[in-house]
Amino acid sequence: MAAAFDIGLIVLLVGIGAWMIVVRDVVVATIIFVVFGLLMAIAWVRLSAVDVALTEAAIGSGITGTLLLGAAARLKGADAGGTRLSFPITVVAAVLCAMISASLAAVALLLTYPAPTLAPMAMQNLDQTGLGNPVAAVLFAYRALDTLLEKVVLLLALVGVWSLAPDRAWRGVPSLDTTVPPSDILAFFAQILPPFGIVFAIYMTWTGASNPGGAFQGGTVLAVMWLLVMMAGVMRAPSISNVWLRWLLVAGPALFLIVGFTGVFIADGFLAYPPAYAKALIVAVEAALAVSIAATLGLLAAGPPERMQQK
Amino acid sequence: MSVAAVTATTEGYLLVLAIMWPVAGILVALVVNGRNIERVAYIVLPIGFAIATAVVMAVAQGGQSQIYVVGGWAPPLGVALRADGISAAMMMTTAMVICATGLFARGEFVQPAEGPEARAPYVFWILLFSIWSALNALVLGSDLFNLYVALELLTFAAVPLVCLKGQKETIEAALRYMLFALIGSVLYLLGAVMIYGLYGTLDIGLLSGRVRAEPATWIAAALMTVGLLAKTALFPLHLWLPPAHAGAPAPGSAILSALVVKGSFFLIVRIWFDAMPGHLSFAAAQLLAALGAGAILVGSVLALRQQRLKLMIAYSTIAQLGYLFFIFPLATGFAAGIVWSGLAWTGSWMQLFSHAFAKAAMFMAAGLIAEALGHDRIADLGGIGRKLPITMFAFALSGLSLIGVPPSGGFVAKWLLLIATINEGQWWWAAVIVVGGLLAGGYIFMVLGRLLADPLSPLVIRGAVSRSRELVALSLAVCAVLLGLVPLQPSDFLRIGR
Repeated sequence: MAAAFDIGLIVLLVGIGAWMIVVRDVVVATIIFVVFGLLMAIAWVRLSAVDVALTEAAIGSGITGTLLLGAAARLKGADAGGTRLSFPITVVAAVLCAMISASLAAVALLLTYPAPTLAPMAMQNLDQTGLGNPVAAVLFAYRALDTLLEKVVLLLALVGVWSLAPDRAWRGVPSLDTTVPPSDILAFFAQILPPFGIVFAIYMTWTGASNPGGAFQGGTVLAVMWLLVMMAGVMRAPSISNVWLRWLLVAGPALFLIVGFTGVFIADGFLAYPPAYAKALIVAVEAALAVSIAATLGLLAAGPPERMQQK
Repeated sequence: MSVAAVTATTEGYLLVLAIMWPVAGILVALVVNGRNIERVAYIVLPIGFAIATAVVMAVAQGGQSQIYVVGGWAPPLGVALRADGISAAMMMTTAMVICATGLFARGEFVQPAEGPEARAPYVFWILLFSIWSALNALVLGSDLFNLYVALELLTFAAVPLVCLKGQKETIEAALRYMLFALIGSVLYLLGAVMIYGLYGTLDIGLLSGRVRAEPATWIAAALMTVGLLAKTALFPLHLWLPPAHAGAPAPGSAILSALVVKGSFFLIVRIWFDAMPGHLSFAAAQLLAALGAGAILVGSVLALRQQRLKLMIAYSTIAQLGYLFFIFPLATGFAAGIVWSGLAWTGSWMQLFSHAFAKAAMFMAAGLIAEALGHDRIADLGGIGRKLPITMFAFALSGLSLIGVPPSGGFVAKWLLLIATINEGQWWWAAVIVVGGLLAGGYIFMVLGRLLADPLSPLVIRGAVSRSRELVALSLAVCAVLLGLVPLQPSDFLRIGR
């Protein structure tokens, strides 16, 4: 029964993946992409990787889908679909993709089974981190340096998007009008959903220390709620030079960095935690990160500032 | 390379500082009012320079790698940072070029004295700190995933630098760069994931003891290498480089050409010499060098044909990057039967460092010329050398290093590589090195001749060029020349840690 479900899921994933490539309309392709992401999330659950599933649904499907829809809406005014790839380029692309797929397949077949893994070691040391979720231990203890630097990458992505603003609009507000035409239904949902969303986001961030979830997933849910109210026109997009906004952006990474350096004095070194306070410190960092991630992802999806704020 | 010790050394904390100090700068720069961002730079740059100097001193005095175990979690579970001879030398070069660029950029990316915060200065300084942090993380990382994060940091800092001017062409160039760079990232990540699946670790020191010669390893290594080649712009994956490096503002071009493309090259060397020592086959090494040779010939010929100064310098970068890839057939030690050939090793790194100084100086000189004239058409540069003698001198000195005229770092590099080709019995690369030098002479003297020529029409100087900015370009060019004073023998410092 389970095998039949898995085979069905794989067939569906491959079919939808192919459909996404073949379909010509950008908006339709984006919607298929969102569906593909959600099905992928189910596949991750089937592989017992619930943390990955949550991330796939939130980031792969949710935020990326929003970004792509925004891009599709912006392209609509331009000559969308006017640039068809020439035949040789299509062939080259197909050959390259086939080569990558073939090497992936080859490695999947060549890998030893069971594959060597660090999972038992990650579980053995879990006590010292005070956490119950080994994924959180990897992200905030064993490989905290990677997580900290990734958060900086996220901020840089936002600086990169902002850098595309016209000079006169710097300090202005992102324009979300092009994405969705305002409607009563959207405004209705934008007033009903956020309270639930915010509670869910707080729960996700809090529970991440012991169960699947965490700052990234919680932050993404918050970001989606924020985008919803901005798109529906219930709340205005802020000016990118807003001092509060900039503090929210750096709060998480800054606290992470400060906690990291505190470890030099109260524990074994940079990004080390004293065992008694490890969980408290990590949860505090995660809470701050969730806020910063929400602000960053929301602004990334909102796009560069395009006009000055109306007084 | 010996298996990495997983105990931290006494000065290991410097490695964390080297990565995190610029990160602190980024976070502060993001929240301060744009007007104060240069003041942040005045603090970040000198202290960052001091940290790099301290790392070099620690590595030189200890005569061994400096190691830091982050969070007290030793590999394979955790991540360690490691500074050997080549990382320390890369850090020093990076610090020198970044600080010089910071001084040079003061004249270009200043916040207006009155009125609101402006876009370009705000973005520029944040990107400069980010590139510094990313490059330090790249040369200090000893874990394939940690290095992936460093690569991402580098890419996301480098791409916006290309389109800082905000024109349509530069945004197109940045987009093309981003596509190449992201495909490179994905291929690298795929390879790293496979390595983890095969050996259960991402730590380079542990991998060197575990790697087996088998097809899955080769596929993983090939994916990582191809991904990194796209980021390094090695021929034939160089198409993105000329518009990107020529389109950026002068300080941006200097950083991109001098440092950013070298970051991914450094990682290729780490993979083949440290993670998988002895696993590079003769044929694969020849292929990498053949692509390098193609880069030298194609890049130089295209540089000769350019009408615009900045594009010519960008094509010259493609050619000069080609020399670096001779490290694979010449330093692996195929002929001697040992896993080492110090001559080519030193020569290749000398090429990297001297090109970094020379190319940064040259892009700065080109930027000053373009600022003075309002254009950079090579045909119409006549006589500008007399108006801007310091700038012309900087251009000439860095050009001599690119050609490989003694005494200059470029000469030492190419001479060591030439001797290595003979020692290793691979004379065919010697021919490419010689022809490459001649072609470089062609495109450099073509411009120098123009700079000294009588103007076709009276020169109109559009803006006064700051003397201090000319001197920054000149001092970098002098650094490239001074590197020529190092002895013509394998460097002990560059061997530390292996």
